[in-house]
Amino acid sequence: MTAFDIIRAAGAEPCRPWPRHILPLPAWQDMTAALADDTATLLGLWADTIQVHALFRDGSDVLAASVAVEGGSYPALSPARPAAALFERMIRDLWGHAAVGGRDDRSWLDHGRWPLAQPLSPRPGLPGGAVEPPEFVTVDEPGAMQLPLGPIHGAIGEPAHLRLTVRGEQVLRAEARLGYAHKGTLALMRGKSPRTAARFVARLAAEATVAHSLAFARATEAALGAEAPPRAAALRTLMAEQERIAGHLDEIGQMADAAGLAPLHVVAGRERERLLRAAEHAFGHRLMMDVVVPGGVAADIAPEGAAAIGQALDSVAAALPALRRRMDPLLARLDRAGVIRGADAGGIVGRAGGRGFDARSLDPAYGALGLVPPMDHAGDAAARCRLRLAEIAGSLRMLRALLPALPEGPLSVALPAESGEGIGCAESLRGAAWHWLRLDHGQIAAAFPCDPGWALWPLAEAAIAGGPEEDAAMIRLSCGLPVSGLDL
Amino acid sequence: MIGRWSRPRLAEAAGAVDAATTASLAARLEAASQTRLGRSLAIRHVNTGSCNGCELELRALRSVFYDLEQYGLRFVESPRHADVLLVTGPLTRNLREALEAAWDATPEPKWVVAVGDCAVDGGVFKGSYAVLGGTGASVPVDLTISGCPPSPARLLAGLRALLEANAR
Repeated sequence: MTAFDIIRAAGAEPCRPWPRHILPLPAWQDMTAALADDTATLLGLWADTIQVHALFRDGSDVLAASVAVEGGSYPALSPARPAAALFERMIRDLWGHAAVGGRDDRSWLDHGRWPLAQPLSPRPGLPGGAVEPPEFVTVDEPGAMQLPLGPIHGAIGEPAHLRLTVRGEQVLRAEARLGYAHKGTLALMRGKSPRTAARFVARLAAEATVAHSLAFARATEAALGAEAPPRAAALRTLMAEQERIAGHLDEIGQMADAAGLAPLHVVAGRERERLLRAAEHAFGHRLMMDVVVPGGVAADIAPEGAAAIGQALDSVAAALPALRRRMDPLLARLDRAGVIRGADAGGIVGRAGGRGFDARSLDPAYGALGLVPPMDHAGDAAARCRLRLAEIAGSLRMLRALLPALPEGPLSVALPAESGEGIGCAESLRGAAWHWLRLDHGQIAAAFPCDPGWALWPLAEAAIAGGPEEDAAMIRLSCGLPVSGLDL
Repeated sequence: MIGRWSRPRLAEAAGAVDAATTASLAARLEAASQTRLGRSLAIRHVNTGSCNGCELELRALRSVFYDLEQYGLRFVESPRHADVLLVTGPLTRNLREALEAAWDATPEPKWVVAVGDCAVDGGVFKGSYAVLGGTGASVPVDLTISGCPPSPARLLAGLRALLEANAR
């Protein structure tokens, strides 16, 4: 039996559009064993006060599985899916549930600085369990030394600690430590209405504020059996693609800056700024924060907004040849650096390595726009750069088709203050964001926003190891590693 | 090779520098540094748990549209080279120590600019167990630039005000 067969055999909760199956302990253990040689992708692992939930995807088939927490613990998934280890550490820090047999039981989000431990547990504990600075895995080789980088490090960016074990110029091991940006977002969302909680969701990860807001809105609408009106759906797609183009330009610009390629940095920055100004013109906010809300969109596009966006898109399209040309030295520099092939990550990192999933393919609207997610097979940092340009070109094409054909009609539907459970997803520039939530009479009883970054960090660690130390920063940038989104 | 280095020294002993020339040059340099060199600030960005929105706008500030360097504003990689700590985020408890270390490492005289609603007072994250509620909870703040996130134009206006004050 495959893992999916085992999950489906268990009774399900009415979670929409994908059911959530409650597995008895032996079935959960069978599932874990079956996962060892199974193609199912782990999308996320999280908890509430009484259960641990896992979300899987196989092709376009999505399934959620839960197991009850007994005696404060549950059987770990990380032996079968190493990517589960970070989630298991997070679950222990936030809810206090221990993963029995897990690969890593060190703390992750909890640095021993909070006034309480297990903040999401019904009975939070006293602080002091976590160790800071954390124990990093050591490499026992002559001449090896550790290089601590961060949390304040490099140019304008996010706080993360990267511990490199190097011997001479060669990186033997790279290990990330996150959690610095932990803001307690899940606790803030609990007990709020989806509309109020959307403000926190929009500030999970600003580079993907539209994508996270969209995934959350879809989860809410699924839970309540509602659907955003056609005009709202089209405006959401418009914003999501604008965000993607601007985000890719930002990441290309950051890489150009780090590599000292001023001409590329200038063009990428210039075109990105034109897009952000058009977004402000059209939606009143340069990053389009708080525009996508559960039920629809918060405001209509401004009367001249479509024209402003059209002009910015023309400008980006006209700059594409220059971007391609000026990217050549960057591609030469990044050739065969940080190879990631066949990884389950999705997003640019997955698709550059020949294994593609694009959450946009689950949305019929993109079928009508002619979505073809570009792929590459080299898997190196150069391939990821090329793919960003290809995605920009693809988004430009789709926006050209969408912009003149925005349907008329209402902008949102009223959401009933009812109970329900839903899952939603949206493709951000870094991969798919998956949101789950359970509503109790219109209030959030439990929720989890799963950022694509959870899958990316372990892959980036592996890609940095084995290469020269001077490549580490560029590989890190080429993967587009989010921080705030998974620091919660 | 040895012979080459053992040639007799040709350079002659220099006499004393004219004291009056030195004094006049020093006076002119001091005036120039006040009006020109003094109008320059090295900025170190410190992220104390931001959602990345302020960072997106800070990077936009470095685009050709704003041309920071014409005002003598530049970002540096170490707080040891900085005049200004530009702080974003609601100050998470997990980053308090890092902010204080950066502040300690910044040479006097130094300025702290709290950028974005989060850095001003915690913003939407105010009251969470995990945040201290703004930069001021840990280090003295000289200037606040509000907004969620503040636009590059607004950031530039704030930083130019700091330049003017600094040159005075």
